[in-house]
Amino acid sequence: MAIELKIKVSAVSKAVGKPFENLYIKTLRGFFEEITRLTLFTFRFFKELVKPPYEVNEFLKQAYLIGYKSIPLVVITGFIMGLVLTIQSRPTLVEFGAESWLPAMVAISIIREIGPVITALIFAGKVGSGIGAELASMKATEQIDAMEVSGINPFKYLVVTRIAAATIMLPVLVILADAVSLYGAYVGVNLKGDVSFHLFFLEVFAKLSFTDVLPAIIKTFFFGFAVGSIGCYRGYHASQGTEGVGVASNAAVVQGSLTIFILDMVVVQITSLFI
Amino acid sequence: MEIVAEVNRITKSFDNREVLKGIDFKIEKGENLVVFGKSGSGKSVLIKCMAGLLSPDDGEVIMLGEKIADLETHELNIIRKRIGFLFQSGALYDSMTVRENLEFPLRDLNQSKKDEIDSLVVEALENVGLKDAIDKMPSELSGGMRKRIGLARTLILKPEIILYDEPTTGLDPITSKEISELILDIQKKYNAASVIITHDVECARITANRMVIIKEGVVVAAGTFQELSKSSDQWVRSFFS
Repeated sequence: MAIELKIKVSAVSKAVGKPFENLYIKTLRGFFEEITRLTLFTFRFFKELVKPPYEVNEFLKQAYLIGYKSIPLVVITGFIMGLVLTIQSRPTLVEFGAESWLPAMVAISIIREIGPVITALIFAGKVGSGIGAELASMKATEQIDAMEVSGINPFKYLVVTRIAAATIMLPVLVILADAVSLYGAYVGVNLKGDVSFHLFFLEVFAKLSFTDVLPAIIKTFFFGFAVGSIGCYRGYHASQGTEGVGVASNAAVVQGSLTIFILDMVVVQITSLFI
Repeated sequence: MEIVAEVNRITKSFDNREVLKGIDFKIEKGENLVVFGKSGSGKSVLIKCMAGLLSPDDGEVIMLGEKIADLETHELNIIRKRIGFLFQSGALYDSMTVRENLEFPLRDLNQSKKDEIDSLVVEALENVGLKDAIDKMPSELSGGMRKRIGLARTLILKPEIILYDEPTTGLDPITSKEISELILDIQKKYNAASVIITHDVECARITANRMVIIKEGVVVAAGTFQELSKSSDQWVRSFFS
């Protein structure tokens, strides 16, 4: 009786376990297939990037749309970022009698980490979703096919220009956001204190070093590349129909943001080996 | 007569569903061939295989003497410039004006030939009767106008073969008739061969020199409009009643 029951339990658990097992395998396989496709997409970008003819005009247009048009958003968020960080940090520093360290501490936080990461996340939300939705809707309305049958390489015209523009424009936006953010910090310091503009920035630059600035700027090229390539990949390979546009746009933001955090973690680990 | 396009026994499947099951036909220079059939019979897949947008699983497509499957990308692009494709929706580029849409296929021409490009754009728009729409955005155009502009963009490179994917779908009967007559005018003016995918009987009646009817991925009947409309096969005849 006991043996029979054991066999039955084992059969039931096998029957129940198998669909889950299959689901895990399917999910895992899907994940690796997606990574492979994205990698091949990235390789194709580099291949098409160096091959003439070069779509200079479209690149400049995208740089304008991606970079220049993002300036108001980046400036506002950058200013608030610096202001809030300063207001929040002050009480703790005051408690330890280290209020004079406020400009330097805020500056290092902004330049090394908060400026690049927050700006990249905003960039992923605005630019990544925009690229994903635009390309997906072009695909749904057969505009990409129309380019192809006209004898024009749509990958070069649409994808290469957007990824290149995102890669180059994000670092520029981060530098701008850092500058505005430091100004926000200066305003924050002066809400409850009286520090001159000159003295504030003297404090900031006295504590900032080359090793704070350079890795932070370099990693933003990778962030920009990730946002651009994921947005383009999602849009270019979107499923047909309006549902595909929403899915592509959403996936571009979610995966772009996640990739920014993962890249940041890797860069911080690498940087910490040398600094 | 000179054969400009051949489709030889092509098959195409999607996820174990066989859409095309060995289709054969040839098109002569200056001829309008209407491919007729119910929705979902594989007509659009067929025309996309002819344009090289989809690769057939088996069989071959020969356009202007070149096997599409054997061509390198740059060779295919050269052939594509000699083939026009009018999409069901017109497929105008949303972010560009009508002028920019029409100039787009001419990008490879030297920019110093600006006057030549301008005259080609105006000529193409005059052919479809929409010269005044030159500076409009696609969002400002009606469905019929979008199709006409799409056709003007197709004509700008003076193609030798034009592929029409459901040119009258979604249009009112009057606009449909205008588009069908436009296709006929273009045939006379450019002497281009055309493959017209449609399930609109009136469009087929106006434009067809010859027709093939597709059912479940195979050609079940071929002939002129008059021959097929009097076919002994009731299923074929049912399209025309």
